[in-house]
Amino acid sequence: MVDFTLWDILRNLLLAARWTIVLSLIAFIGGGVMGLVLLVLRLGRNRFADMVIGGYVQLFQGTPLLMQLFLLYFGIALFGVDTSPWVAACMALTLYTSAYLTEIWRGCVEAVPRGQWEASASLALSFGQQLSHIILPQALKIAVPPTVGFLVQVIKGTALASVIGFVELTKAGGMIANATYEPLLVYGFVALIYFAICFPISLVAGSLERKLHVGQR
Amino acid sequence: MSASADPSGTDPSGADPSAANPVLVSPHTEVGAPIVRITALRKSFGTNEVLKGIDLDVMRGEVVAVIGKSGSGKSTLLRCINGLEVFQEGSLSVDGKPLLHDSALAMRELRQRVGMIFQSFNLFPHLSVGRNVMLAPRLVKKRRADENEARARQLLARVGLAEKFDAMPDQLSGGQQQRVAIARALAMDPAVMLCDEITSALDPELVGEVLRVVESLAEDGMTLLMVTHEMGFARKVADRIIFMDRGRVHESGPPDKIFGHPETPELKQFLSSLHD
Repeated sequence: MVDFTLWDILRNLLLAARWTIVLSLIAFIGGGVMGLVLLVLRLGRNRFADMVIGGYVQLFQGTPLLMQLFLLYFGIALFGVDTSPWVAACMALTLYTSAYLTEIWRGCVEAVPRGQWEASASLALSFGQQLSHIILPQALKIAVPPTVGFLVQVIKGTALASVIGFVELTKAGGMIANATYEPLLVYGFVALIYFAICFPISLVAGSLERKLHVGQR
Repeated sequence: MSASADPSGTDPSGADPSAANPVLVSPHTEVGAPIVRITALRKSFGTNEVLKGIDLDVMRGEVVAVIGKSGSGKSTLLRCINGLEVFQEGSLSVDGKPLLHDSALAMRELRQRVGMIFQSFNLFPHLSVGRNVMLAPRLVKKRRADENEARARQLLARVGLAEKFDAMPDQLSGGQQQRVAIARALAMDPAVMLCDEITSALDPELVGEVLRVVESLAEDGMTLLMVTHEMGFARKVADRIIFMDRGRVHESGPPDKIFGHPETPELKQFLSSLHD
C-alpha cells in the first residue's frame, strides 16, 4: 500500500482548489456581466423583456443547481455538441449566477427613491444617463453587501460541479479520500480550504457594509 | 440676497426683465406668446379621472399659483407639464414644443425648457452640491467645463449658497437643499419653472429662505407655475391664482379677486377652511 503524507494530501487538494477559484471567477464575472445586461433590459420598461427575464429568473431560482448542471451537461450533448464537464460547469454556474445577481441588483435599483428618477428625468437626462450617473451609482452602494454575500454562495456552489466529473476541490477530496482511506481527515481539509477562501470574503462584506452605512447615515 | 437690488425686474408684464439680468437667460418664445399652453387635458389613474379637461395658458413672465384641496389634481397637472405623468386626452405645449410622450427625443427637448422643483428636493445624494448643479448642463447641453462651473457658482451665489459648492447634500438643512435644487433647475436655463409644494417638507423656520429665492425669481421675470399651500406667499407674488377642485379649474383670477371676492361656494369653503 502506498503511503500518503499529510503534505501529499494537502498539496493535491490545494492544486484542485485552483479550479474551484477559477470556476468561481468565471461564474462571477460571466454571471455579473450577463446579470447587468439583463438588469438594464429589465429596467427599460419593455413589458415583454420584463416578462421573459422574470421567467428566466424564476426558472433558475426555482430549480436546484444540481439539476441545472445535469441538464446542461447531458442536454448539450443531446444536440450533438461534444461538451466537457468544464464547459458545462462554467455555463451552468454563469447562468445560475446571472439569474440571482440580476434579481439582487433589481431590488437594489428599486431601493433608490423614485424622486431620483423624476429629478434626473426633469433635467432632460436620457435613460442611459439616468442609469449611469444617478441610479446605478446609488444602487451600487446598496448592492455591495448582498453581492459579496452571494459570491460566497457561488464558491460553495462550485462543489456541485463535481457530480458531472469536473475535478475541483470537492471532487479531488473524494478521490483522495478513496485512495487514502482517510475520509475524515481529507474532508476536514476540504472544508478548511473552502472556509479559508470564503471567510475573508465574508469579512470584506461585513466591513463594506459598515463603511457604507456610515456613509449613508 | 441680491434679488431686491434689481428694481427693473419688478414688473412681470414688462418688456424683458430677464435680459437685464445675466443670471436668467431669456426664453425662446416671442413676447406675448404663452409659454405653457394646455388644452382640454384629461388624465386618469386607471378608472379614476383626476384631471377632467384643463385649459390653461401661462404667459411669459407670468407667475401663476395653483391652489386647492389635496386630491384636487394640482400636483398631477404640474407633473403633466414636464411629462412625469402621461395624460390620455388633450394637448400640451411648452415654448411652442408639443409634448409627445412616445418620443424620448421630443421629451428631452421639452424638459430642457421646463425646470422642476420638488417637495422632497431630490438632490443627488452621491454628488456634491456643485456637481448636482453642473451635471445636467454638462451631459445634456454639453456646456464647457469652465463655463459650467462659473455658472454653477454664480447660481449658487444667487440662492445664497456660494460657500457650499463642495458640500454634500446631506450636510445641508432642508431649506439649503431646496435652494440648491432651485439652482440646479436654473442651470438648465428653463423657460418656465414648476414648483410642486416646494416648502411642504420644510420646518417652518426654513420656509422663508426658500420663498425669498422664489420671489426673487419672479421679480427677475422668470415664468413660474407653482402649486402651493402658502396662501400669503401666493397672494403676494402671483399674478394669477388658479383654484382647482375635483380635477377642474374651478375659479381663476388675480389674487385680490380670488382671496378678496371668491365667487363659488367651493372656493369660499376652501379659503375659510384655511383659517380654522
